[in-house]
Amino acid sequence: MTRSLLVLGAISLAALILALAIGSVNIAPSELWAVIQGEGSALHRTLLLDLRLPRTLAAFATGGLLAVAGALMQVLLRNPLADPYVLGLSGGAAVGALLAMLTGMGAFVISGSAFAGAMLAMVLVFGLAHGTGSWTASRLLLTGVVVAAGWGAVITLMLAVTPSYKLPGMLYWLMGDVSYARTPWPALVVLIFAIAVILPLARNLNVLARGPMQAAALGVSVRPLEWTIYVLASLLTATAVTTAGSIGFVGLIVPHMLRLVLGNDQRIILPASALAGGTLLVLADTLARTVIAPEQLPVGVITALLGVPTFLYLLHRSR
Amino acid sequence: MSTLHTRDLIINVPGRADGFPLNLSVEPGQTWGVLGPNGAGKTTLLHTLAGLLPARTGRVVLNDAPLIELKRRDIARKLGLVFQERQDSFPATVMETALIGRHPWLSPWESEQADDQTRAQQALAALDVDHLSDRLLSTLSGGERQRVAIATLMTQNPDIWLLDEPTNHLDLHHQVKVMSLLRDQSDAGKAVFMCLHDLNLAARWCSHVLLLYPNGDACWGPADSMLKPSALEQLYNQKLVTVEADGAPVFVPVSAG
Repeated sequence: MTRSLLVLGAISLAALILALAIGSVNIAPSELWAVIQGEGSALHRTLLLDLRLPRTLAAFATGGLLAVAGALMQVLLRNPLADPYVLGLSGGAAVGALLAMLTGMGAFVISGSAFAGAMLAMVLVFGLAHGTGSWTASRLLLTGVVVAAGWGAVITLMLAVTPSYKLPGMLYWLMGDVSYARTPWPALVVLIFAIAVILPLARNLNVLARGPMQAAALGVSVRPLEWTIYVLASLLTATAVTTAGSIGFVGLIVPHMLRLVLGNDQRIILPASALAGGTLLVLADTLARTVIAPEQLPVGVITALLGVPTFLYLLHRSR
Repeated sequence: MSTLHTRDLIINVPGRADGFPLNLSVEPGQTWGVLGPNGAGKTTLLHTLAGLLPARTGRVVLNDAPLIELKRRDIARKLGLVFQERQDSFPATVMETALIGRHPWLSPWESEQADDQTRAQQALAALDVDHLSDRLLSTLSGGERQRVAIATLMTQNPDIWLLDEPTNHLDLHHQVKVMSLLRDQSDAGKAVFMCLHDLNLAARWCSHVLLLYPNGDACWGPADSMLKPSALEQLYNQKLVTVEADGAPVFVPVSAG
């Protein structure tokens, strides 16, 4: 089981190197190595260290955050269809961010506003779905989808009243775009923090996946554990959305694919989700900035094109 | 070895008057059978005894400590429960399922060792499901899944075994096998407390019986003093004929006419 993580780690590293090497100017591995050692031409140094490296790391961290958030929500709700995007959390963040953009706020306020929006959406969806009983899967998904539709309407309304010169930035943000990320560090720190918090709890999560009653009977303090997962998943989602806009479906595809190959032991799935989610988004972002170069696609388009068929397949298979 | 007591316990069945307070004492070496018609509160009682549901009044005491004051993990080392209904939203193999029984015994960073594997393997073998250990739970029959659930409890190895309808879905051979396994466990010092639908299994295998009436009344005691046709007919509102077979009474329902 450590071996599968090592393999994933190697794949991640390869993806990172690929993402650094490919672009408007391709950089040969030897030159890449030169820059790492502190040599190389000034152009390559700027290109790699100031442009590609932060962007690639931001993509990696965002993908990892979303995949781990998805994996956590799926255990919390015992439903493999749960995902921050499907549950309308990204929509809440988008409303927060667009509101800040519309009123002409600076980047820092936009981030804070997106964060607040994601948290608000999380409280709203989980609070409404919880009601008096417990979180039943269908009720939560339904609540999430309806709330997401509500956010969609608000977003359309805001776009309709926005002066046209502000529209391109907003649209790119809505579709998810890593070039929006200014710094990868907050996302990376949150990702590492979350993994460190959740790994000692991973076996508890395995038991929780069997249902809350069974988990309690096997010695898990269910309520505190559920709250920890809930808060952590919110934090991960909000950080990811704040970093790169609303990128859909990473939290859905990645844990699902990993479960097919590795089984459902959270001690493996959670760190593997961080690595594989990061790798997926790094590759998707590389594709997004090269496929129609010099133009760039928003990376959310690519993940959605992968994610929608996966979601439908899962839904089809679950009945 | 552990003992489970109830002190003036009234279980919380929604919409029911308080009924008769339970003062049970489930001790090592005893095999309890809980009998009662549908909706009498058998499952609610079991969940209350496991500390999963709050009591309306009174309390459950595990070895002199009130259950609500104990940590879930400490309870799970002493007391385990086989549920009547189980969720499996994610695919899991039979072996993985049995191994989660070790959860209360492992510290957060610890993973299952060879010893835990052996315990799980033995439990699966005791329930004739060891040949399925690599199969996904979702591909098994109802009876096989029931046996895996009991094997999980056996892997957990608590002192007190609570089981909700352990013979559900089982064929005749495995009903007998499971009941005699439970009896062996109580003979070895465990305390077994189970809900049963089948009067005759209770008559054949249980040392103690608790009768739960739908209105909240209850009576309990050694099996031979509780399993009287008159009491059972009233319990189920069903006419019975008693015969004797293999040294135990057998109750046969007959139509009232």
